[in-house]
Amino acid sequence: MTEDQNQARDLPTAGRRPPHAENPDPGTGDAAPESNSPSAEANRVQSTPSRDEATVPTTRPPFTAPDDEVTAPLARPPAPAPADDRPPAPAPADDRPSAPAPADDRPAGGEPATSPESGRDLDGPTRRIPMSLEPVTVETEAPAPSATGPGAEPVPEAVDPAVPEEEAQAEAAPEAPAAAKAAAPRRLTSAGTLILVLLALFGFTLVVQLRSNDGDQGLATMRQEDLVRILSDLDASDSRLQSQISALETSQRQLSSGVAGRQAALAEAEKRADELGLLAGTLPGRGPGLVITMDKVKASAILNAVQELRGAGGEVLQLGGSNGQSVRIVASSYFVDAEGGGIIADNARLSAPYTLSVIGSPQTMQTALQIPGGVVASVNSNGGSVTMEQQAEVEVTAVRQAKTLQYARPAS
Amino acid sequence: MIAVLALVAGVVLGIVFHPSVPAPLLPYLPIAVVAALDAVFGGVRAKLDGIFDDKQFVVSFISNVLVAALIVYLGDQLGVGGQLSTGVVVVLGVRIFGNVAAIRRHLFRA
Repeated sequence: MTEDQNQARDLPTAGRRPPHAENPDPGTGDAAPESNSPSAEANRVQSTPSRDEATVPTTRPPFTAPDDEVTAPLARPPAPAPADDRPPAPAPADDRPSAPAPADDRPAGGEPATSPESGRDLDGPTRRIPMSLEPVTVETEAPAPSATGPGAEPVPEAVDPAVPEEEAQAEAAPEAPAAAKAAAPRRLTSAGTLILVLLALFGFTLVVQLRSNDGDQGLATMRQEDLVRILSDLDASDSRLQSQISALETSQRQLSSGVAGRQAALAEAEKRADELGLLAGTLPGRGPGLVITMDKVKASAILNAVQELRGAGGEVLQLGGSNGQSVRIVASSYFVDAEGGGIIADNARLSAPYTLSVIGSPQTMQTALQIPGGVVASVNSNGGSVTMEQQAEVEVTAVRQAKTLQYARPAS
Repeated sequence: MIAVLALVAGVVLGIVFHPSVPAPLLPYLPIAVVAALDAVFGGVRAKLDGIFDDKQFVVSFISNVLVAALIVYLGDQLGVGGQLSTGVVVVLGVRIFGNVAAIRRHLFRA
């Protein structure tokens, strides 16, 4: 029994395989599994299981033929399969379906799933039915004698898809050039216009998408979570930059205050250096003061005058002779009477009359010099002469070289 | 031929009118375009195979676009929109490559 059935199954399967193998072949030799999917995409959406399942059993039979349960669905495909088989080889096909189709359908016919499978299998061939109208009639004849429930089921299904799916026939019309060409143009207009509209829409959308992608560089097309992530990133970097800004501002304040302090210290030091330079005689000076001219005097009289002027607040003094020499008078200055007239002040020989320029309060110094028994009185009593002139601007141009101290060091 | 003209007409319309994509559609439009591209290549291949079917093409075109957009929408709702759209693009890209390979074999026999 089983052996006979197996042989019988092998026969139709072997007879059926070639047409299925022929279908993918025109497309691609190696892309046989793919050929099902892309070539008939509508089948995937509409009735994806149909062709996939139709292909699966065709590949399986050689491996799982012995099993009765598996062979039941395997044998079912052969029932509709002859529709494919018969057109090329009608003669042997008559024998095969008559034997296996009713025999195998009966045991498995009770299952509900089998009938749709067979019906789906029928979908495939029915699309090509216009190519082979004869096999349909043969098939109806074949199950008719069986007259059983399962045998009857495929028949109406085989008829149903064929009749209502006029569109399917129309679609199959281009494949079958012969008969359906008359009805083809009218049918094509409805589906064809839809295709044209879809293609136009596709091009339109494509361009729109390309343009929009060109235009706004991303952010507008991004998802909400991406935007949130970007926003949080920006917030984090913003706070980081804010802290950086505050730190930099602090250091800038510190540096600028340091600069200001340094500038103040520098100004103070320069001021102090100026004062010290004036006192030490290294810098020329100017200011209000007295210009005193003395003639026929000795060095002691000049020394008295210098001391009196210092006591009266004279700050910067200079002693000049009529021979053009002038000496800056500082703490270490000395005056000695020179032989043959004139005096020697700080290694410079000066000849009379002498000009003593002093910067200070003119009134105070003049008063100090003119007190009774003072410098002017003693010079006059010794036969000398003193003239004083108050000036708003006394120029002291003579300077001394700063002397490097050899022993003394600052205590601090 | 007419199909190519329709495609060109759509492109021209897109260039001329240059509409802005509404914000809610922005994440789905690229995926839909890729799905439609897949359907178009499948249709070309079917045409070359001689098994082109108008109804199949229309249904596959629309359903491809809708399913792709639906998957992305579902991914957005689940919080994995980016990954799912990447997956859809990968799958469609593989299919497009297969279809283009078949078309190439048809046209160049290589």
